[in-house]
Amino acid sequence: MSAAATNALVQAAQLVLVPALAPLLTGFVRKVKARLLRRRGPSLLQPYRELARLLRKEAVVAENASWLFRAAPYLVFTAIWAAAALVPTFAAGLVLNRAADLIGIVALLGTARFFLALAGLDVGTSFGGIGASREMLIASLAEPAMIMLVFTVALHAGSTQLPWVAAHMAGAGVGLHVSLALALVGLLMVALAENARIPVDNPATHLELTMVHEAMVLEYSGRHLALIEAAASLKLLLYVALVACVFAPWGMAPAGAGAAACALGAVAFVAKLAGAGFLLAVFETSIAKMRLFRVPDFLGAALMLGLLGTLLLFVSRSL
Amino acid sequence: MLPLILALVVVLLAAAVLAPATARSAAGRPLVYGAALAVTAALLVLALKALAGYAGEAAPEALTLPLGLPWLGAHLRLDALGAFFLAVVNLGGAAASLYALGYGRHEAAPHRVLPFFPAFLAGMNLVVLADDAFTFLVAWEFMSLASWALVMAHHRSPGNAHAGYVYLVMATFGTMALLVAFGLMAGPEGSYAFAAMRQASPAPWVAGLVLAAALVGAGSKAGLVPLHAWLPLAHPAAPSHVSALMSGVMTKVAVYAFVRIAFDLLGDPAPWWSMAVLALGAVTAVMGVLYALMQHDLKRLLAYHTVENIGIVFIGLGLALGFQAAGIGWAAALALTAALFHVLNHALFKSLLFLGAGAVLTATGQRDMEHLGGLIHRMPWTAATFLVGAAAISALPPLNGFVSEWLIFQAVLVSPQLPEWGLRFLVPAVGAMLALAAALAAACFVKAFGITFLGRPRSAVAEHAKETDAASLTPMVALAALCVLAGVVPGVVIDGLAPVVTGLVGGRLPAQLAVPWLSVVPVADFRSSYNGLVLLLFVAGAAGLTAVAVHRLATRALRRAPAWDCGFPDASHTTQYTAGSFAQPIRRVFGTLAFRAHEAVDMPAPGEVRAARLHVRLRDLVWDGLYLPVAAAVLKTADLLNRYQFLTIRRYLSVVFGLLIVLLFTLAVWP
Repeated sequence: MSAAATNALVQAAQLVLVPALAPLLTGFVRKVKARLLRRRGPSLLQPYRELARLLRKEAVVAENASWLFRAAPYLVFTAIWAAAALVPTFAAGLVLNRAADLIGIVALLGTARFFLALAGLDVGTSFGGIGASREMLIASLAEPAMIMLVFTVALHAGSTQLPWVAAHMAGAGVGLHVSLALALVGLLMVALAENARIPVDNPATHLELTMVHEAMVLEYSGRHLALIEAAASLKLLLYVALVACVFAPWGMAPAGAGAAACALGAVAFVAKLAGAGFLLAVFETSIAKMRLFRVPDFLGAALMLGLLGTLLLFVSRSL
Repeated sequence: MLPLILALVVVLLAAAVLAPATARSAAGRPLVYGAALAVTAALLVLALKALAGYAGEAAPEALTLPLGLPWLGAHLRLDALGAFFLAVVNLGGAAASLYALGYGRHEAAPHRVLPFFPAFLAGMNLVVLADDAFTFLVAWEFMSLASWALVMAHHRSPGNAHAGYVYLVMATFGTMALLVAFGLMAGPEGSYAFAAMRQASPAPWVAGLVLAAALVGAGSKAGLVPLHAWLPLAHPAAPSHVSALMSGVMTKVAVYAFVRIAFDLLGDPAPWWSMAVLALGAVTAVMGVLYALMQHDLKRLLAYHTVENIGIVFIGLGLALGFQAAGIGWAAALALTAALFHVLNHALFKSLLFLGAGAVLTATGQRDMEHLGGLIHRMPWTAATFLVGAAAISALPPLNGFVSEWLIFQAVLVSPQLPEWGLRFLVPAVGAMLALAAALAAACFVKAFGITFLGRPRSAVAEHAKETDAASLTPMVALAALCVLAGVVPGVVIDGLAPVVTGLVGGRLPAQLAVPWLSVVPVADFRSSYNGLVLLLFVAGAAGLTAVAVHRLATRALRRAPAWDCGFPDASHTTQYTAGSFAQPIRRVFGTLAFRAHEAVDMPAPGEVRAARLHVRLRDLVWDGLYLPVAAAVLKTADLLNRYQFLTIRRYLSVVFGLLIVLLFTLAVWP
């Protein structure tokens, strides 16, 4: 089989795999959190059941909602889906990887957030507004932090294309670098904020005044809510895949590899997901949510880490 | 081609001269704007044709007319850079003219607008064509004064006279700085033709002074912080199609002036030029967007975003200067392409957004977002096009704003190759500020679009707004389509810019249209690539397919019901988030530093029957720290000098005598 055909197959598999696996990751994190709190917790498949239930339900839409409100869930889901399909998970050779590099992926997530925040404002309720306003505050710090972290990684690899970054990081000559360590810490902080996890936001809360993401989507129900939930779990998977691809690309099948390598890559990816989910659950149970106005300090630290990493690489290639 | 272009500009001038005769009659508006539309459309076609010609190595056309200074004449020339900016000017000009065919109907004082509109267009076209300092400055002043007259069209509205005054002072100041720049370049021989300036190689300190003067002169017109103060006052004060021209096009003419001086006339750059331009650009980008976030006035918000985008353009130009100083031609080409691409993008989406704001203004009579809301239902076309513009200016893929910012980021990523240590420390910080500005712009446009077009109407006028007319909508739809096109097939723009960039920095980006699948690969295949077309097709296609699948396989049942709002929906529109409340968290995080923002809650005592109030105080530190002291100093000096106006004859004579002594003494000791 030619390389292009393999890449197309891998891309197709990836397109199906990411949305299919994402609810499982969410379910796994919830399960581990429950076990850490000595609860039994719902089944691992519970997120799938919730999605199925929501999809079957009638959607209740506010009387003054516009077309934007109804279109936003589809746009948000597909924008995040497109971004997630471009992050190599089990194999590096993706036929669409030319479409967007790391900066493009970050910006695609920005597109999704832009429309979701607008949808939050569409009905004209105070909760939608509070959620949208806070989400954009968090994003206005998380996005530049992310760009600086991307710079750090890209300066190391000499590329912003994820397959090249992964190949560079898996290569022999990388070793330990101060800047990469800074980038890893910063990336994890941004990932927590972008996915509305503790300590920035609480995905499990239904106490409206403390929440950001959930307040923004409060008006959604039925299939629209299902898509937004699916998009949220897809985003979590995307960030795990991103961290894994950049900092732990071990086991990932290189471009043009055979079926055996891909299978190995898939096993490795599931293992990485499990590891990341476990660590996330442990972290979330061991820390408290912070006040909204502490979040800028948190994300400012991530921004500074990214800036420092980039600066170190501008000064010396070996740091 | 140049004589034809000139003839068309003369038609514009003729329209300006004839306009007062017809301005008060009903035929005036279609005649003047129709002529402006025809001329700008023709000029756009000619400019694009010229640009295509320069891609095929055609030589620049030049022409000397026996006008102006007798020993100099008026030199005109159309090279690739001029042709690109000619295209930008006339693209915005055509859109504004077409829009004005409909919008102008609502103009209360057409005789104050119609004569100056074609004159303004003619002035901008002439600036781009000028090939000697005298013609350039005359055209520049023509452009400034015509736009000043347009700003003063509604001079009785509160604040507009002040805006016009500040604009006039700043425009004069800027022209004076340009005069200094050209004077220094012309040297003692007074060789004012650009061709002679290109040949001359000024001493480094002279070149540095010229650059500083050019930064002040062009920067004050473009809106570089701290010279931006007039811009958010003057741009919104003009009628909306003129605001679109001023923000979308005139600031680009200022960028042209800077590019012409710094890259073309002045010779080899020094590394510190790049540092100065980068620092100014980065500060401008961040401050512009922070100012914009604090605004509730839709047009003023857009004007502050012009400041931000000019900052982004200057970041690109600064990087290009740095690379050129270091002799890395291909990287300079990358940064310059990014900057010029952003010039085009900003012309597209800012014109679009101002036209949209104008449509909202005619429909509701309101510029204050706190009185708008819910317009997406009543003005669907305006809302849809404004949304495209808002997404484009927020640098969201797959639209055009993202491509140019992405190219600037790519230029930042190759800048560790710069040898200069100062630049190596500066560039990462500039990159961070650019990213911050982009993210804040997204927040600001969520606010601008969300508060204006979404939610529930906040006033009766917003509730009863009507969609604007077809003539006004056509250019908005066209500009929105161009925003999408430039984002989806950016290769066309990048290749179109190749002759411009080659002429200025001697390098160019690889031909993009040769890359398979219309991807953009600015440096090399393994470094970075972007394909807006694939992203657009994927997102649109997958969203459509998902919708069909969900509707078919699950359910398509939908029920309309009152808003949920956690069980306590309130019918009053005042329970919604406002522009002020949306920006409050950002004001609290960034504003305490940038604006010394101060919030005080005035809580009534228990039992007292009055509303609680939240007082917010923001200080414009640039205005307070720079403009007011300068104004105070000028006033004080004027007061001091004023005394010499009321002297007796005896004292006048002694002053004259004293001066004479001083002059003779100076002559005596002068070597």
